[in-house]
Amino acid sequence: MSRDSRLAWINGLLLPLLNILTAFAATAVLFLLINVDPIEAAKTLLYGAFGYSEGVGYTFYYTTNFIFTGLAVAIAFHAGLFNIGGEGQAYIGGLGAGLVVFMLFPGLSPWLMIPASILGAMVFGGAWAMAPGYLQAYRGSHIVITTIMFNFLAATLMVYLMVKVLREPGQMTPQTVLFPENAWLPFVHDVLAKFGIEVERSPLNMSILLALVMSVVVWFFLWQTRWGYAIRATGRNASAAVYAGISQKRTIVIAMCISGALAGLVGINELLGYHHRIIMNFHVGYGFGGIAVALMGRNHPFGIVIAALLFGTLYQGGAELAFEWSNISRDIVVVMQGLVILFCGALEYMYKPWLVRWLAPVQEVRS
Amino acid sequence: MSFAIELQNIDKRFGAVRANDQVTMQVEQGSIHGIVGENGAGKSTLMSILYGFYQADSGSIKVFDKEYWFNDSQQAIAAGIGMVHQHFMLVDNFTVLENVILGAEGGYLLADGIAKARKELQRLANEYGLDVDLDATIDSLSVGLQQRVEILKALYKGAKILILDEPTGVLTPQETDELFKIFAALKEQGVTIVLITHKLREIMSVTDQVSVMRQGTMVAHVQTAETSEGQLAELMVGRKVLLDVSKGESEPGQVLLKAKHINWQDHHAVPRLKNINLELRAGEVLGVAGVSGNGQSELLQVLSGISPIQQGSVEVKGHTFDKSQQTTPANMREIGMAHVPEDRHKMGMITDFSAAESAILGYQRDPALNQGWWLKPELVAQRCSDLMQAFDVRPADVTLKSANFSGGNQQKLILAREMEHNPDVLLIGQPTRGVDVGAIEFIHKRILDMRDAGKAVLLVSVELEEILSLSDRIIVLCDGEITGRMAAEDADERSLGMLMANAQKAHDPLSQQPSQTQEQEAQA
Amino acid sequence: MNEVTTLSDMWLTLLLTLDATVRLSTPLILAAMAGLFSERSGVVDIGLEGKMLAACFASATIAHFTGSPWLALGGAILASLSLSIIHGFATITHKGDQIVSGVALNILVSGLTIILGLTWFRQGGQTPALTGDGRIMSIDLPGAELLNSIPFLGPLYKELISGHNILVYVAFALVPLVWWVLYRTRFGLRLRAVGENPNAVDTAGISVVSLRYRAVMIGGVLCGIAGTYIAIAHNAQFTRDMTAGAGYIALAALIFGKWRPLTVFMACLLFGFLQAFSMRIEGVDLPVVGAIPVQVIEAVPYLLTVILLAGFIGKAIAPKAIGKPYVKER
Repeated sequence: MSRDSRLAWINGLLLPLLNILTAFAATAVLFLLINVDPIEAAKTLLYGAFGYSEGVGYTFYYTTNFIFTGLAVAIAFHAGLFNIGGEGQAYIGGLGAGLVVFMLFPGLSPWLMIPASILGAMVFGGAWAMAPGYLQAYRGSHIVITTIMFNFLAATLMVYLMVKVLREPGQMTPQTVLFPENAWLPFVHDVLAKFGIEVERSPLNMSILLALVMSVVVWFFLWQTRWGYAIRATGRNASAAVYAGISQKRTIVIAMCISGALAGLVGINELLGYHHRIIMNFHVGYGFGGIAVALMGRNHPFGIVIAALLFGTLYQGGAELAFEWSNISRDIVVVMQGLVILFCGALEYMYKPWLVRWLAPVQEVRS
Repeated sequence: MSFAIELQNIDKRFGAVRANDQVTMQVEQGSIHGIVGENGAGKSTLMSILYGFYQADSGSIKVFDKEYWFNDSQQAIAAGIGMVHQHFMLVDNFTVLENVILGAEGGYLLADGIAKARKELQRLANEYGLDVDLDATIDSLSVGLQQRVEILKALYKGAKILILDEPTGVLTPQETDELFKIFAALKEQGVTIVLITHKLREIMSVTDQVSVMRQGTMVAHVQTAETSEGQLAELMVGRKVLLDVSKGESEPGQVLLKAKHINWQDHHAVPRLKNINLELRAGEVLGVAGVSGNGQSELLQVLSGISPIQQGSVEVKGHTFDKSQQTTPANMREIGMAHVPEDRHKMGMITDFSAAESAILGYQRDPALNQGWWLKPELVAQRCSDLMQAFDVRPADVTLKSANFSGGNQQKLILAREMEHNPDVLLIGQPTRGVDVGAIEFIHKRILDMRDAGKAVLLVSVELEEILSLSDRIIVLCDGEITGRMAAEDADERSLGMLMANAQKAHDPLSQQPSQTQEQEAQA
Repeated sequence: MNEVTTLSDMWLTLLLTLDATVRLSTPLILAAMAGLFSERSGVVDIGLEGKMLAACFASATIAHFTGSPWLALGGAILASLSLSIIHGFATITHKGDQIVSGVALNILVSGLTIILGLTWFRQGGQTPALTGDGRIMSIDLPGAELLNSIPFLGPLYKELISGHNILVYVAFALVPLVWWVLYRTRFGLRLRAVGENPNAVDTAGISVVSLRYRAVMIGGVLCGIAGTYIAIAHNAQFTRDMTAGAGYIALAALIFGKWRPLTVFMACLLFGFLQAFSMRIEGVDLPVVGAIPVQVIEAVPYLLTVILLAGFIGKAIAPKAIGKPYVKER
């Protein structure tokens, strides 16, 4: 094997694998520290996620959210942007989904109602990301700071709307009235029942199909269209992109819009798929989780689906852990997300010099 | 004879590249010693090792007969070595004084050190003729003055040996002359100077001895008085240099590109192009000569549609563009212009992309590659493989990352991309920068082929030989102005050199306004 | 007579609002100064939030077990410091992305504090409420009661200047100190230089790595103090995500103050005042405008930062080398 192809193996496979293993190992150490046998914990976790059909449903339900936000972060990454605002975009996306439902005639056919609501989520999420994108492109504001600020703005806006404007009359809980049933996305257990397959009830709904379709669409878009080419060129080398006749500003705005639109779809899975009303804080953690998913999935839709499944598993399995051990909660997943972002992201190349020295030592070449 | 510097068997590798291979050299005390070599010959690396900026893999260093191993620059500075880097190592929003004392503050508090430094710097300035306003911020100074600050910095830290890396690359001939006067003053005071350059004329005019490097090795040490430019050039490239390209008479046709009254300012409102007028005809090569940084990049960017037109107009094949009728790089390509940018890594290609993806940069919208929304990968790969074949790009692997090709092959791929698209107007910037000799000949031949095929070629290069051997007509840019126009047969290096300096206004250090930014900041 | 009472009532109300401003600004000042050191050296510190949160948890825990607020302060500083060292290891040593690293630490800490809290206390992730001893108590400055009878100035002294805990005074004293260090010392000169042009620093024979590590670690220490303040001075226990975005507001203040100590300090006071103001007017019908939703005022710091960054009011010019790992040029 030539040195170049060895390096490609190291960069493409070995390094990411080692990084993930390191994150897992660090989690295992944490388990030991809090007196939980990591092997037992892993078994419980896997049982919780896959041991019974309700658990499987939950796992895939969470996976769906992570696919959406992972894709969102990835597409911005490809344009050279760090969209840290997935939280806010998901939240506002949910608002958009709900507002569209409330605006439409309740008896409208689901075949119109649901696509309209999906569009609403994408438009609202996209718009919430477009503003930071626009400010970055045309006013030079740093996108990371602006998207953070927009997360907080989204949160305060939603508190205001849910408490003061949209709250169901006569209710203390800040939540809206139920959506009309025509706006509910079918549950997977209901769909399967029609085909005579009986599974336990779970929040898993048809959004997962949307997530998988979106993964393929994003892949095709990024690598097989000239717009994807433009986004990747801008992210890799902005001045070469300008030279190639690609408007950097427009590309940034477009990439952020798509990114926000994808994040907004979390609102579809959560609200149209399960809660059937707008509630507070349905989005919490998925936006940041998307960063871990994208980094772990190497910003490739295929990798993202796998990484999302892993985090979905942890999320659901983590709930199971909490039953077994009183000192564990689902926050263990948050810890893992942090570790994955640390080792697969910030410390991505920690092992590289060592691996290169070991597996692909330098052969002498004259300059 | 006592030596200021003795380097023995220095080895240094960067990844797979052996930048220095068993390099040995000695520099006599109180002399001006030149080191010449092509780009990438290892000159800068060697001197950075001497300065403690890099550490050698093996070898030994002696300074004034004392053996050293420098772990960082501080130790080299303490041993009496100062270095003026090619890219100045200055903090732009600091004053001259603050820059000079950085690393030699003389205690934990600044106040005393600053007072002492001011006195000492005034003495140094008088002694060596290094006038500069100590309270001016760096970003308010001209390049020539910034270089003086660098020299002052080294002297202030007690440098007895001064290394200068390509010091004249950014200077006008006048500034260069002044620099050489400073050299003389320094030499008189016993300072040893090491001058890294690839300009042979400078070597011949100021140095006492010359060392020649080629591909990481030291190939010769000679007394300047006993050598010639021709001999040095031969040593540098390892064979006789043939820069004479055989070319036939040009048959200029109609005007395809016309620039009228172009004025252009950068975002600091510094004028970069001043009233540029030029015409480019089919079937000719128009050479643009000039010291790097005198408006060539801006000219290419305005003509190719990358930078917006601020004043004046650009006419390409009958299409007129101006301030209200802007154009874009994409639009320019559509009407038959191609552009080989000056810097292939910054602009010409995307090093992280595969060769195939880099080979369509700028042509990603080409209908021949797209089917509706679909940018078809097999069409892209086919395009790249055709280009590679036409320009003999090696390895002919379309999936290989662009970064993994040699400089010459990267450049050939870019030229192939732009030339094979059969443009009528071709803008080329620095076609052979960092390219090996074999590829240079190939590239020169292709450029002349384009001319002979009736294309209009605008060639920007800082290599005068290249301009002289390829162009039919030559214009000279200096400080954003066209300072000369001539037919190639009337031009020689001397006449061009005069024009390249022509419009340059002398930089008067006293006219610099001291900037108070730093003070203001401290008070905020 | 009546008028005087109203006037002094209004004065008192104002003083109480300003007093709350001081208390709410304190963690912002500490964290923003932490960020200032880090970012002036060229290392983006988005992890202020996480470091403070870790310090909150550490101080509350140690105060609970030992009853000593000073041990708690020491422990909190160590916790925050170790996070800043991880940040340095990732971004300075391994040249990793500074923002990714900061985000990682924020997320890590927000989960880890809960898991450790559950393990040690089993109170849903909180630490037990502290009684007097473990907390850092307010100090009444001499003569506060005595001078209170002096109209206007007396209450000013008693309500606004006296009666804070030591960390408040530390935070306010820190500002001139930071200014002095930054502009009048060798370390400050080098710190400013390395954030603008690390090459200049390196070629002057100064280690970029050690300079940046020191800057990041100073940030760690200051965040440790900030977290201690939040958990055991301003509050009396650790609760989930109790920093509630203070780290991000401090970051906003840092940008809003253009990375300069005095203007950053003013920005912290402004943002602290907005928080105090929104608490005071909650549910109050104001003349002319009526009741302003609290959320509107809460959103002001974020909006101001967005507007500033967009260049609509002045321009925030960041240190030139910020966010870029230092790689020696070849």
